[in-house]
Amino acid sequence: MAVKPQDLMVPGATDYQYGFHDVEDYKFKSGKGLTREMVIQISEMKNEPLWMREFRLKAYEIFMRKPMPNWGADLSGIDFDNIHYYVKPSEKTENNWDEVPAYIKDTFDKLGIPEAERKFLAGVSAQYESEVVYHNIREDLEKQGVLFLDMDSGLREHEDIVKQYFATVIPAADNKFSALNSAVWSGGSFIYVPKGVNVEIPLQAYFRINTENMGQFERTLIIADEGSSVHYIEGCTAPVYSSDSLHSAVVELIAMKDAHIRYTTIQNWSNNVYNLVTKRALAYDHAVVEWVDGNLGSKVTMKYPGIYLVGEGAKGEVISVAFASEGQHQDAGAKIVHAAPNTTSTITSKSISKGGGRTSYRGLLKVHKGAENVKSFVRCDALMLDEISRSDTYPSIEIDEDQVSIEHEASVSKISDEQMFYLMSRGIGETDAKTMIVNGFFEAFTKELPMEYAVELNRLLQLQMEGAIG
Amino acid sequence: MSSSTPTFLIEDLHVSVEDKEILRGVNLAVQQGEIHALMGPNGSGKSTLANALMGHPKYKVTSGRVLFQGEDVLALTPDERARKGLFLAFQYPVAIPGVSLGNFLRAATRAVHGPGMTTGAFRRELVEKMKLLKMDPAFAARYVNDGLSGGEKKRAEVLQMAMLQPKIAVMDETDSGLDIDALRIVAESVNAIHTAEMGVLVITHYQRLLNYIKPEFVHVLVAGQIVKSGGPELIEHLEAEGYDPIIRETEQKLAVGAGREA
Repeated sequence: MAVKPQDLMVPGATDYQYGFHDVEDYKFKSGKGLTREMVIQISEMKNEPLWMREFRLKAYEIFMRKPMPNWGADLSGIDFDNIHYYVKPSEKTENNWDEVPAYIKDTFDKLGIPEAERKFLAGVSAQYESEVVYHNIREDLEKQGVLFLDMDSGLREHEDIVKQYFATVIPAADNKFSALNSAVWSGGSFIYVPKGVNVEIPLQAYFRINTENMGQFERTLIIADEGSSVHYIEGCTAPVYSSDSLHSAVVELIAMKDAHIRYTTIQNWSNNVYNLVTKRALAYDHAVVEWVDGNLGSKVTMKYPGIYLVGEGAKGEVISVAFASEGQHQDAGAKIVHAAPNTTSTITSKSISKGGGRTSYRGLLKVHKGAENVKSFVRCDALMLDEISRSDTYPSIEIDEDQVSIEHEASVSKISDEQMFYLMSRGIGETDAKTMIVNGFFEAFTKELPMEYAVELNRLLQLQMEGAIG
Repeated sequence: MSSSTPTFLIEDLHVSVEDKEILRGVNLAVQQGEIHALMGPNGSGKSTLANALMGHPKYKVTSGRVLFQGEDVLALTPDERARKGLFLAFQYPVAIPGVSLGNFLRAATRAVHGPGMTTGAFRRELVEKMKLLKMDPAFAARYVNDGLSGGEKKRAEVLQMAMLQPKIAVMDETDSGLDIDALRIVAESVNAIHTAEMGVLVITHYQRLLNYIKPEFVHVLVAGQIVKSGGPELIEHLEAEGYDPIIRETEQKLAVGAGREA
């Protein structure tokens, strides 16, 4: 397949195909470290309204004040003074690839983005360092009133909508990294789907870090108005460096009555990226929100996509997979809050660890008093490919209502000799047999992906498994 | 190959499981096209033979040879044996969650028969074989042995056998756990796919499967050795007498043997 939604896999720096980097030719690159002055400078360069600058400065204070989380993955390797917080690669966002600086376009070509856009996407946003360098949406969607912009343009062109919803789902003070993002955010996507409009084919955003010790802080806000639907896909890669970068996004989704949002992530950062992302959705009456969350790359990921079911009959689903190889810790999970009656939720978490990698499932399921007839099903399965890898689960369940139906299942397994013997007795070689079992383990996730992505995911998994056995 | 050289020749096979000797010198020859039955009481080593022939790592061959078309296959891995044309229908087929039977069979047929077959041709053959075995084509979307009934699992085994068309198929207690209707369906399926190119070794405790699959040769395994071989009349004999007389006979021989050594 020539199309490469290669955001896909996969850990293990030796097999990482996207570890190349470009020579920098930037309009602006901040010095290292974060100061109040820099927050003001970013806001000024973006020519933002005053309320946003104040929001940033308040968030900066919160960030400076808040301690590092004392739970989850080991974050002691992060040096906030050794990070470039804002890097502007080009003058403006283009909607024609030919206008994008050639070396950046070349990178996205290598990643297969323009080709994927031609073949099976309704719109594409490509972010390079701190800014979206390319952005385009199909004309028919634009005519139906669908807004799909980079967040900075969204703020400029639709300030009223942004002001109404921005940071209402995830306040700056939610956690240290949401505060950091709120202070220095740049890029990301702004989507508004009008009432009753169904965006049938996916919109995609692609995030690329290029420079060393980069901090990427995109900010995404998706609003699906009543009865509308949208599927958004994001992918990400970065070069391999010996020192670390930081990716800390904030993503807010709002699904109005009867709306449907599906948000698919295939995170394939190189193994020197700390990926600390806050994602949360609000689901109103009978709305459906689905997070389809794949964590394959990065050094450390901490990410627990959340859904607040605030309207009666709303439905939330989180399907996540994590793959941790040597030197990686995937601390991922889900957070679902049932705050209204007759709401339902499903969490499916699948993790694989190998080569000493570590996966953790961390989940919160909360049912508020009065949220009657809630149904929830949580399933987390871990597969360990060797003896030196590690997997833990940290499920937390808080139920303040009696009339609920909650089920939780968990398993930790290894590839059994019997499974290997069975597959091999049918002529399938050892590596292919292992890959087949791994693919099967991820099937609950893979089957939710558009076909092009599923094919590429399985292919990259195979490469990874070949490297694993070697 | 001349008809005098058997396709599949087991010579003085000794097999241990966790340092305990289970098979103590098994000799058996199966020709392509022939159907052999291997019968024996519980614990006689029937499943050990099946697993050892396919190369399960838990079953250690301590001596003997297994020649497949003249080549000793004991040094080969299970997948290499399968690619030569050996097949094992499992007594307890293991589940492979998330892998559809169709995709699994696609991978298996590619591995055994090479990549020449197009996806279209594969699908046509799969549908045809499923029809032959009276299986719903939708079954191909089910995960391999995951949540299937006993009868469904065994039928899926026969479907795999039909698709891979082995030269030698070992069927390990394919009748176990099946009610009489499921047994008949599975047995008729085996008859439907059996060809002159396929030798079959049917391993069973009971004669009931052999009411449907008619072997030309019958062997009785007791205490890790084949103690009797004959034609179909041996089945009747076992049915009438049970295994006890043969077991006693064998025990006496062993006791005599042990006495001599002492």
